[in-house]
Parts: sequence; C-alpha cells; structure tokens
Amino acid sequence: MIEFRSVSKRFPDGTLAVDDFSLLIPSRRITVFVGSSGSGKTTLLRMINRMVDPTAGQVVIDDTDVSGSDPVQLRRSIGYVMQNGGLLPHRRIVDNVATVPLLRGTSKAEARARALELLDTVGLDRSLANKYLSQLSGGQQQRVGVARALAADPNILLMDEPFGAVDPIVRVELQNELKRLQRDLDKTVVFVTHDIDEAFTLGDQVVVFKTGGIVAQVGTPAEILARPADDFVASFIGADRGQRRLHLEPRDPSSGQILVVDDTGRPAGLIDGDPRSSDDVPVDVRVS
Amino acid sequence: MNWFLSNWELVLELTLNHIRLSIIPIIIGFVIAVPLGRLAITGRTARGIIITSTSLLYTIPSLPLFVILPAILGTKVLSDINLIVALSIYAVAIMVRAASDSFASVSPDVKQASLAMGYSRWQQFWKVEFPLAGPVLLAGMRVVSVSTIALVSVGVLIGSENLGYLFTNGKQRGILEEVGTGIIASLLIALVFDLILVLLGRILLPWSRSDKKSQSASAALQLQIKAADAA
Repeated sequence: MIEFRSVSKRFPDGTLAVDDFSLLIPSRRITVFVGSSGSGKTTLLRMINRMVDPTAGQVVIDDTDVSGSDPVQLRRSIGYVMQNGGLLPHRRIVDNVATVPLLRGTSKAEARARALELLDTVGLDRSLANKYLSQLSGGQQQRVGVARALAADPNILLMDEPFGAVDPIVRVELQNELKRLQRDLDKTVVFVTHDIDEAFTLGDQVVVFKTGGIVAQVGTPAEILARPADDFVASFIGADRGQRRLHLEPRDPSSGQILVVDDTGRPAGLIDGDPRSSDDVPVDVRVS
Repeated sequence: MNWFLSNWELVLELTLNHIRLSIIPIIIGFVIAVPLGRLAITGRTARGIIITSTSLLYTIPSLPLFVILPAILGTKVLSDINLIVALSIYAVAIMVRAASDSFASVSPDVKQASLAMGYSRWQQFWKVEFPLAGPVLLAGMRVVSVSTIALVSVGVLIGSENLGYLFTNGKQRGILEEVGTGIIASLLIALVFDLILVLLGRILLPWSRSDKKSQSASAALQLQIKAADAA
C-alpha cells in the first residue's frame, strides 16, 4: 500500500506543482493518475521512488516513510517505465533488462538467464536479446522497458505515460498485455497518462487531476463515468460531448446483432442479443 | 630514395620519438578535458567559464609558450617536458569543447531513466554518460590527434628531436628528399593514429555502428517508399 499524506511540492522557481495531496493506493491493483499536462501527476509518481522529494507531507510505502530510505536503494526496489523507454542504447537488449539485478549484485549469468525469461513474459522473441535498442520497433522497445522494470521482481511498478509514443494499435496490445501481467504477477501499478480512455481501460482506481495537483475525483471507471463529480470531470471524460452517450439501433434482425451508435452518429460497436427483446433494451445507455 | 636508404635509422629514431611526443599529450589532453567537459554542462556559468578559458588557451602562440614554460615549470630549457606540457595545453583547448558537446549529446531521457533504475550518480557517469558520449568524444580525439602530431614538429625549434628535425635540417642543407621524408612520415603517423582511434571506436562502441546501420537502413526504406509512391 502506498499512501500520500498531505503532500505538497513547490519547485525552486516558485510554482506549486502539488498542493496538499492525500491518497491511498491499494496494493495489487492498477491505479491510474489521469490529467492534462501541468496537473502534477508525474511529479507525484516520482515522489514514490524519490526522483522528486516533497516540500511538505509524507509518502509512505507499507507504513515506511520513503524519506528515511536511501534513494538509490529505494529505486532499485521499485520498477519504473517511462515514455520513450529510457533504455540504454549502448547495452544489448538482454543487458538492458538485466540492469537492476546487476546493480543489486546478482551474478551476470543469473541476471541474463532471468532477463531471457522476462523477454518471454512480455511477449518478445529471445532472438532480440543480443540486439541493440536502435534495431527494435517502438512497441518492442516499450516491452523491453516493461521487462526491465520487472527484472528485480519489485512489488511496485511505476509507469509514466509508457505507451504515449506508440501507435494506437500497438498501444491497445500493450494495454492488454499490461492487464494480463498485472493479473499474473500481482503487482501494485501506478500509471500516469493524459488519455482518459487508457485510464478507464487499465484502472482499478482512477484519479482525475485538475491543474496544480488538485484531485477532481477518485473512483472506479464505472463510478466516474456514472457520476462525474463536477463539470470539469464530466468534460474531461467526454460525457458532455456525446461520445459517451450511446443508443441502440437494431440492424438486420436475422443476425441477432444490435448496433451501438454514439450521439454523433458514429457506430461505437455491436451488442449480441436476442433481436426480439431489443425493444426492451433501454434506448439510452452509457459505456462503463 | 638514396637519402632515405642511407639515413633510415635516423628517420626511424625520429619517428618513434615523434610518436612518443604525440601520444602523451593526446592522452593527457583527454584525461583533463573529459572531467572539465562534464563540469561544463552542469550550468550556464560553469560552461561559460570553462569553454571560454580553455578556448583562450589555444590562442597562445606556440613559440613563446615553449620559451616561457621552463621558467614556469622549473624544467630545463631543452627538456621534452616543456613540449609535452605545451601540446597538452593545446589538446585540452580543443578537447574540452568536444567533451562538453559529447556530454550534452546524451539524451536527458536516458539519464533520467538510469537514475530511476537506481544508478548512483557515480555509476551513472561511468556506465551511462561516458559510454554514450563516446562517439562525439572519439570525433574530438581524431582532431586532437592530427593537430598534436602536426604541432610536435614545431618543438624542434626548442631542441626536441622529432620529425621536425628533417624539415629544418633538410631546408638548411637543401635536401628536398629529407623534407619530403619528414612530411610523409608525419602523415603516416597521423593516418595510423586515426586508424587506431577508429578501430578503438569499433571495438568499444559497437552499438553506435548498429545505430548508423539502422539509420541508413531506414533511410533506404524511406527512399523505397517514396519511389513506390511515385510509381
């Protein structure tokens, strides 16, 4: 469990990035920080592994205040994935994945063997092991980034817009992969994004931020979608724009499928069901 | 050819000495310039002071420097140390800017990520910044190498025994072949040094080659795509 207790951060130039922020992040769940840029979400994420130290308040992991721990040791115990991977271009893929175990003093042979297993875990072919970063595609690089973060088997995984720079199809693949990994490995994941759809796809708990580290709403995707706390959240999740307002259009009764259309008339998907009962389905539903 | 055949022992001795007098300043220049170059990227003031002052060093004319150094260092007037110190100063002057550029070329994302992985600052320098600065450092070293080998010959004016002797002696005695031999020998040294540096780069920085390969590969691919579009 990670706990933020009245955390504030004022940067040396005077900007207040985070103001009196408190939150409980449950273990073995995916918590997503979502907000536009300048909302302080990345700053908060970086407080967990002490890349940033708060100017007031405490960050507590499993009842231990992180300010008391050595930053270097702390970071080696927490997985970190960032946008563009942040992988080392001068090390082979297998050595990139083995980075943290090697820093922690694991023998080279053992660390490499584990790294190869991790390539399997994140769905990469072992033939990539001896390549360099520049020989991989963007999606493959992000998978290497995830494998590297998992290498020391940390309990906590911090992800800072990790899928922001890959194309939409690969992004969906990576999101599904992350959900599978989280189910299999039972990690506590804190995920930062500015994409509300990504937040709803991944998050067990979603925290919506306003500018300046102010929390607009905390809840499950269903709760936030069903009851936006205020106009800001409603607008942020797009509830006011029609994409989230869906209605059904029965099509071709023999196929048994019903078309779901949003307010702009854009087909959003299909519902399988008994065509005879389609009249009973509420005309207006919301996605959750 | 006659002159060379009857004097090859002298040429060999002068060449070896020339090599020795070049290698030492090149290495000293590198060792001093790397930390200074790294320091120069810590802030704008640091950069201003370090880059300006080291660049100014290069404007000191070499002959007066050779003459003043014994007085400053307390060395004998004819000692090789004077030449080595002077050439090291010039090597630093060239190399500091290259070193600072090389460290500035390291991606901030990679530096940030390496800290997040749990590299200590010291490990981050040696295992991330220094190797990644390698390609630009190497380019700087190739310039320093050529410049130092050329400058060594000036040392003959303060009694240093190197290939420069063939220039002055050949000119005084009107032996063109002797001057030509000196030029070819220094060119060969410069060429061999450059080859060694490039080879060192291939061995120590294998990743930067695959980088280029993939870059040219992607460029070729784009050309193909453009050609396909045009067709």
